[in-house]
Amino acid sequence: MATFFGEVVVAPSRAGVDDEEWAEEAREETAEDREIRSELEKKREIDVLWSWKSEGCGDKALVCSRLILAIGHSAAAFLSSFILDSVCWEVVGVVKLWNEWCRTSNTTNVLPTDSFCLFYRLIPDPTVLLCQCSCYVAEDQQFQWLEKVFGCMQKEGLQVTILSTCPVADYKTQESTLTLPSPFLKALKTKEFKEHICCPLLEQPNIVRDLPAA
Amino acid sequence: MFVPCCRGGGSPGSDFKGFTLLMPAVSVGNVGQLAIDLVISTLEMTKVGYFYTDCLVPMVGNNPYATAEENSVELSINAEVYSLPSKKLVVLQIRSPFIKNKYRPFCQTLLSWVKSSQCARVVVLSSSHAYQRDDEQLLGTPLRYLLTPDLQKAVGGLMQELNWKEMEKRAAYPGVNDAEKVLHIPGGGITKLLFTESCSKGIHMAVLLKFCSEGDNIPDAFALVNYLNEWLQLINSEVSADLSSQWKVPSSWRLLFGSGLPPALF
Repeated sequence: MATFFGEVVVAPSRAGVDDEEWAEEAREETAEDREIRSELEKKREIDVLWSWKSEGCGDKALVCSRLILAIGHSAAAFLSSFILDSVCWEVVGVVKLWNEWCRTSNTTNVLPTDSFCLFYRLIPDPTVLLCQCSCYVAEDQQFQWLEKVFGCMQKEGLQVTILSTCPVADYKTQESTLTLPSPFLKALKTKEFKEHICCPLLEQPNIVRDLPAA
Repeated sequence: MFVPCCRGGGSPGSDFKGFTLLMPAVSVGNVGQLAIDLVISTLEMTKVGYFYTDCLVPMVGNNPYATAEENSVELSINAEVYSLPSKKLVVLQIRSPFIKNKYRPFCQTLLSWVKSSQCARVVVLSSSHAYQRDDEQLLGTPLRYLLTPDLQKAVGGLMQELNWKEMEKRAAYPGVNDAEKVLHIPGGGITKLLFTESCSKGIHMAVLLKFCSEGDNIPDAFALVNYLNEWLQLINSEVSADLSSQWKVPSSWRLLFGSGLPPALF
C-alpha cells in the first residue's frame, strides 16, 4: 500500500493473520522448537485450586445453583464494595495463571490493585458461588479457564451471571458516543434464561469479547 | 467439535450427507466472511449448530441477521453452522481470527468433520492481497478459482464454460528457477492449507477467491458472492437486474466503521 508520502507500507490485515506468522509456522519444527513450545505452554497453564482439594476437584463435582462472575477491575470492585464481606462469604478457590500482562497472586489476602482470581462461597447457602477475576486471561488461556472451572461444577440447574465492563468508545451507535450518557448497562442472555433483565439487551452490531464472551 | 442446536422435536437438522458445505477463510478484507453473511442473510438460513472449539478467539453478540424485534435476541458466537435443506446447502460462518498456533488443529478437525458428515463438496470463499499480484494478474478479472483433482473431474468443464480463471501458480524460487511452480495465496489465511490437505485426503473442494486490499470490502463481498452464484445458482440472477440488489445485507453490517460523529466536530 502506497501512502500519501510515497513510501510503501504493509497494511495490517483485519483478517488477523500475518503472512510472516504463517510462513514461520510452516517451517518444520525442530526438537528444540518443540521443547521451547512445550515449556511455554506449561508456563501458560492455568491451575484452579479449591479449598477442599489440594489440586483440581477430584471426582467430586461442586453442586452450584448460582455462579456470579465479575471479570475486570471495575466488576471485581463492585462485588467487593457491595456484596462481599467476611461474615457471609468465605474463599473456596483460587486460579493461578501467568501471561504477558499479569501474574495472579498466590495469596487469598489480596489488595484491590492486585491481579487475582478468587472464588467465594455464600456461607448460609453454599450452592451460591461468586468469582472475582481482576486478572487478564489471555485468549489462548480462556478456553482452559472455562474447562477447568466449569469442569468442577455440576451444571444442571446452574444459573450463571457475568458482570463485566467495556469502554464506551467501543460501543457502536448511530449517534456519537460523546453525547451518550454513561455509564450505562446492556445485557446478553441465552434463550434458557427466563427471568426479568433490569436493562436493555445489547443491540447489533455490538459484540462482547474475551473471557466474558468465552 | 460440531454441537447441534436442539430444536425440540423433528429432524435434528444435522444430517449433511450429500450437502455442499460453504465456508469462509478468515483472509484479507474478511471478504469470504462478508460474502457468507450475504448468503445466510439472503437465503434466511436456519442455524443448526455451532463449533465448540478452542482454536478461535471467543466473541458473542445478538443475532447478526435480525430482521425484527422477535428474532433479534438469539445469541451468536464465533463459529456457527446454518443449513438450507431445500438447496442441500450447509454454511459455516467464522467470526473471529485464529488463536496463535491453533489454525492447524482447526483445519484437521474441520476436515475430519467434513469427512464424517459426508458432505459432497466444500466451497471455500477467500481473498488474497491485491498488491501481491504479478503483471499478468493485474489485468482482467480479480476473481480466481481452484479445484481439488477429484472435483476437477466433476465440474472442471463447467468452469471452462463459465470462462473462469484458475489461480496461477508462482515460481517457487523466482529469478533462480522459474520451472518449479507452487501455489501461493498471500493473505488467504488457511485457504492454502485447507486446499492442499483436501487434495491429499481426496476431499472435493473448490476455492473461490478475489484479489483485494483492506478497506471497505463490501463491494468485494458482492463480487465474490455473485461469482459463487454463477456456479451454484443460489439466487435467481435475472439478466438485466443489478445483482447486488438481490442480496440482503444483514443488520449487523450497520456501523462497520464506528459510531456516528459528534456534531461538535463540524
